[in-house]
Amino acid sequence: MLTPEEVDALRLSVIVATSSVLVTLPIAVLLAWLLVRGRFTGRWLIDAAVHLPLVLPPVVVGYLLLLLLGVRGPLGHWLYTTFDLRLAFTTSGAIIATAVMTLPLVVRAVRLALEGIDPGLEEAARTLGAGPFDRALSITLPLMLPGILAGAITAFAAGLGEFGAVITFASNIPGETRTLPLALYTALQSPTGDASAWRLAVLSLGLGALGLTAAELLARLMRRRLGRG
Amino acid sequence: MLKLNIRIERGVFGLDANLVIPTPGVTALFGPSGAGKTTLAHAVAGLVTATGTIVLDGETLLDTQRGICVPVEQRAIGCVFQDARLFPHLTVAGNLDYGLRRQRRVVYAQRDEVIALLGLSSLLARLPHQLSGGERQRVALGRALLGQPRLLVLDEPLASIDAARREEVLPYLEILRDRFCVPMLYVSHQYEEVLRLAAQVVLMDRGQIVATDTPAALSLSSALRSRVGTGGVGAVIETEVVSKNETEGLITVLLGGHALRLTASADAVGTHLRLHVLASDVMLATERPQGLSVRNALPGKIEDLEAEENGMVLATVAIGSDRLLARITRSAVDDLALATGLPIWALVKAASLNQGLYRPTSAANPAAP
Repeated sequence: MLTPEEVDALRLSVIVATSSVLVTLPIAVLLAWLLVRGRFTGRWLIDAAVHLPLVLPPVVVGYLLLLLLGVRGPLGHWLYTTFDLRLAFTTSGAIIATAVMTLPLVVRAVRLALEGIDPGLEEAARTLGAGPFDRALSITLPLMLPGILAGAITAFAAGLGEFGAVITFASNIPGETRTLPLALYTALQSPTGDASAWRLAVLSLGLGALGLTAAELLARLMRRRLGRG
Repeated sequence: MLKLNIRIERGVFGLDANLVIPTPGVTALFGPSGAGKTTLAHAVAGLVTATGTIVLDGETLLDTQRGICVPVEQRAIGCVFQDARLFPHLTVAGNLDYGLRRQRRVVYAQRDEVIALLGLSSLLARLPHQLSGGERQRVALGRALLGQPRLLVLDEPLASIDAARREEVLPYLEILRDRFCVPMLYVSHQYEEVLRLAAQVVLMDRGQIVATDTPAALSLSSALRSRVGTGGVGAVIETEVVSKNETEGLITVLLGGHALRLTASADAVGTHLRLHVLASDVMLATERPQGLSVRNALPGKIEDLEAEENGMVLATVAIGSDRLLARITRSAVDDLALATGLPIWALVKAASLNQGLYRPTSAANPAAP
């Protein structure tokens, strides 16, 4: 049904999307926490930076990553000379590009979840002897879980299809950075690629729909468990 | 003993409090909404920022001049909030264990005992949203108690429960007070709750403490009257059952050394009772009444006559060492030529006393602080 190249693209997409979610989640939770609970000047700067990928053309994000993390970029050069780590034009690069692009989605979901928590519950936990770190782990994070999971699934679904930033930063290398949308784009460039493009498009559509449905079902399930259904 | 001398500023609202509260025992913070009761209680728990000093049983919790402010989580002051605030992702058992697992003090309230006393054993596996309002408050009470608090702050725990269901919680509060002797700061704007639970009342209004006294002493003060409404005015008397007549269903208590008979009370001889004798239920007579169905006629002396806003007169009658309040008409005062110092008979209908009967055990046995 699928050609080995298409299977490769699917496998790569899943790897890139999953890994990017894993990279994004802790950062998103931390950022959301800072944005909601932080009391410092310059909060808006973080807020703007996080949301920038939403409004910038993905190609620009990819290009900026290339400038920063390419082997000749300031951070990329350091990584390359110190850890022999090259991000541009690798699967890791595709993961980083996808993570940056999906970060605003996750931060948004996590932030909403955090804002929805009654601060009175944390007060109650305080009166029962729970310190700040303890409260975060035992009360706040569990209550944020529905939002975190919903954000993760949405980011996964979106990550499967990240194109512009990936192709700019990680290029279009078969088996390494050629994810579903890149394979689809490549197929469209070929005079005989119509059938393949069609299959990849249907695959993307199916995965996207599945992701969104899963997110919704999960959110509903958890809301019911918390008695807010 | 809880000693506090604090000031709280919240925008236009300012609150000053200088108080000494005995521990153990139940102290009620009583007053209209907006008086600052909750703010004061939360300041004691540390949930509201205050300046000044708070000392609980010799330990300084707050001293802004010396830069001491013990964080909420180290104060060991339990809180029961108006809205219960149970953790929605934890079962009843999980909620109960939350404080118990985190406390570092001597366990005086055992898990099994608290669950049994509060009737929670059948609820343990439930989630908070599967509980009724009364059940939720009982769980909140158990959770706070299992945190082994040195002081329990109760912020109108019955306010979010409809009046008919308050009996699902009130008796349990009395059990906690009597069984565990845990000092309580009880915030309420319901006078009946205060009479039922408290040994001491702090009367508050507009961010100020108006009076601090026992319910009996406060019941005679004019400061309280305007806050309980005309229907609630009446003397509060601490007394005990001296004899019991099973066949007639009457018990006798002493009021100023005189016998006062009450109906339909199952209390044993020696039980401490707190009577709230409404001023509207007391009649006055200048001579010992004859041929009346009223069983209780007590000889006394008029101590004070005070005109009320509604054209009535509130008479304070001294009977031995106790005081009764009686509401009478202006014309009755004139016709009977009532005046301060005049000997008088106070008539109290036995049946009317059932409504205002409380059993404040810890008020009768105040333990040494």
